[in-house]
Amino acid sequence: MIEFILDLIILVFLLVVAVTVIRLRDLFAVVMLFGIYSFLSATFFVLLDAVDVAFTEAAVGAGVATMLMLATLALTERREKRPTHTPLIPLMVVLATGALLVYGTTDMPAFGSAAAPVHTHVAPHYLYESPKEIGIPNVVTAVLASYRGFDTLGEVVVVFTAGVGVLTLLGFSRRERDESENS
Amino acid sequence: MDIGSHFNYWVVIFLMMAGFYTVISRGNLVKKIVGLNIFQTSVFIMYISLGYIEGGAAPILTEGTEVYANPLPHVLILTAIVVGVATTALGLALVVRIREAYGTVEEDEIHKQDSSF
Repeated sequence: MIEFILDLIILVFLLVVAVTVIRLRDLFAVVMLFGIYSFLSATFFVLLDAVDVAFTEAAVGAGVATMLMLATLALTERREKRPTHTPLIPLMVVLATGALLVYGTTDMPAFGSAAAPVHTHVAPHYLYESPKEIGIPNVVTAVLASYRGFDTLGEVVVVFTAGVGVLTLLGFSRRERDESENS
Repeated sequence: MDIGSHFNYWVVIFLMMAGFYTVISRGNLVKKIVGLNIFQTSVFIMYISLGYIEGGAAPILTEGTEVYANPLPHVLILTAIVVGVATTALGLALVVRIREAYGTVEEDEIHKQDSSF
């Protein structure tokens, strides 16, 4: 019961933060609220027994992403201009998509049920065989680094590509050369 | 169907749609990226909700515990969080570059400059 109440409180906080992000036009406040949103979702992950995900979200999602956004604000501007379009069409698109997704959930198993199909295929193998096959108590680490090691390799490739992309776009060496030629 | 059993999913869908709405209705590029991140984090919450088992423990094996949360969604989302930050960084770099080239990060003004060529 206490878990359900905590669950409810965090979900309400998340809703309030999301709606405030839409309404505010001061981008500094928006970015800080996004950091709060990330931290709240990290707390929610702890409640849902996903401790590894929680600390990654708190460190990478709330920390690094917020930092990057603040750095972007420093290089651009801090206030958002008033939107010139009516929000009618986006609102209709969002409502239609949301209604379809809610309709989709009616087929889903109840939240927290142990009989859901997602728990009956590979998960039992990971949970009960990994002590013999891998030998470390943290199953998430065993799956991440061993059973699905190629996924993690793919992740590294994506991060590398993104890093190369950022450096190419911002081209710090090119800019320094331009400035020295102009002076 | 019991309302309590699906309530969690509906709240997550609302959060997703809040992010989606920010992406498609706001003209400011930084705000769009914040919206995209909110959408993304909501998808993470959705996945982790699917892996939750009532009365289960975190998937770290200990003596005397029988029921654990499903570790597979956790692994997928760990990967997704890191990839998400990488794509956010790329998006923000594009915003900075657009600001250098156009002097603004408002979509309308960028369109106006593009059509005046």
